[in-house]
Amino acid sequence: MKIALIDYGAGNLFSVERALKFAGADYYLATKPENILRADKLVLPGVGSFSDGMNGLKKNKLSAAIKQAVAKKTPILGICLGMQLMMTTGYEFGTHQGLDLIAGVTNKMKTAGKLPQIGWNDIRIKQPQSPLLKGIKSKDYFYFVHSYVTRPENPAVAAATTDYGGDEFCSIMSYNHIYGTQFHPEKSSQAGLKIYQNFVRNVRPAA
Amino acid sequence: MLTLRIIPKLEVKNENLIKGIHLEGLRIVGKPETAALKYAQDGADELIYIDLVASLYRRQNWINIVKRTARQIYVPLTVGGGIRSVDDAKIFMRAGADKVAINTAIVKNPRLISAVSQKFGCQAMVASLEVQKKLDGSYELYTDSGRTPTGIDPIAWAKKVVSLGAGEILLTFIHQDGTYTGYDLILLEKIAKTVPVPVIASGGAGTIDHLVAAYKAGADALAIASMLHFNKISVKTIKQKLKTKKIPIRI
Repeated sequence: MKIALIDYGAGNLFSVERALKFAGADYYLATKPENILRADKLVLPGVGSFSDGMNGLKKNKLSAAIKQAVAKKTPILGICLGMQLMMTTGYEFGTHQGLDLIAGVTNKMKTAGKLPQIGWNDIRIKQPQSPLLKGIKSKDYFYFVHSYVTRPENPAVAAATTDYGGDEFCSIMSYNHIYGTQFHPEKSSQAGLKIYQNFVRNVRPAA
Repeated sequence: MLTLRIIPKLEVKNENLIKGIHLEGLRIVGKPETAALKYAQDGADELIYIDLVASLYRRQNWINIVKRTARQIYVPLTVGGGIRSVDDAKIFMRAGADKVAINTAIVKNPRLISAVSQKFGCQAMVASLEVQKKLDGSYELYTDSGRTPTGIDPIAWAKKVVSLGAGEILLTFIHQDGTYTGYDLILLEKIAKTVPVPVIASGGAGTIDHLVAAYKAGADALAIASMLHFNKISVKTIKQKLKTKKIPIRI
């Protein structure tokens, strides 16, 4: 089973690659549409702003390939900005069209806390049956670095939520074959590595 | 709930983990990679690596230390010391750093803050402020590992670095560093309440009470060095003790 790690210039793939290796993934870096279309699963990482991320994906026609792959049920895991880009619209420095894999928006947190939220926060699990969450419990801690969050229209999209200064946001997504984490599992020690292992071993590829 | 981060700070000189007092009088304590791995396994929330020599001649050795360390830990790593440009930052981000801490170069060229922030995201741009308390009780910003006074007021500078795009502030109290007498709570509180980004307090931690006091003064994260490096206490014990004091901590 081949996992395509989508390389579109949005941040550092060093630690994502290392976590995929740890999880025993057979992966390659995908910089072209055909490399996305032939994958069994996709990982969409990302650090940076929504518009830079979308521009990176559009530049090499990667966004169309991702939509096409997801339409034929290829599982995808979006990480941090990667998850935010899966929404319909992003409101970071203007209004930007997203990948629209999940209906809803990415907007700024409404929190009493400082922004960016930087550090370890815990989760409240909403979908214990999600294959991404095997071995993960409510109150497990993950490492977050972000100012923006996703607001899926359908509340059933959230597999877990997290509270930061009064804003309870979607911290893990699991909806059909579409997955995402707002935190960085590759920076979240043992609990984070479990998320990668679950995506690699426990999430089934398209039939 | 977001937790208080406990961050071992490892200062490195010529491939050795060292620790001094007031950023001077340096003593070798071991190999940084060995200590980094132990701290990470013990529950450290992040790690900070500072190269105290930062000479171009030895830079490749330093990059290799960062690479070896980043390969074996699964928590965020901040690297500082001698980063003067976006290209320098890129070298360390590629080597596996998640953030860079910059002190001297952003004082000389504040636009570097915006450039690094735009290139890697504001979360990767940690403004490192080294501060000395003067005899009259006022504070002054220093550069070059506490060697060069700048005449700059640290509070005004803290506001400026945030306005230019720094995502976090590493606030080091030179006058407290290595003394085990506690963080400078007065300045910590002023800066933590002034800036909208997280503040990491650094310099002076000696007891659990010092850590609790810094949390109450508004620190979002605590850098700890001597207490850990000289095996006075482990990361795990620190975190357990803080937890019993009702401070939000990841165990």
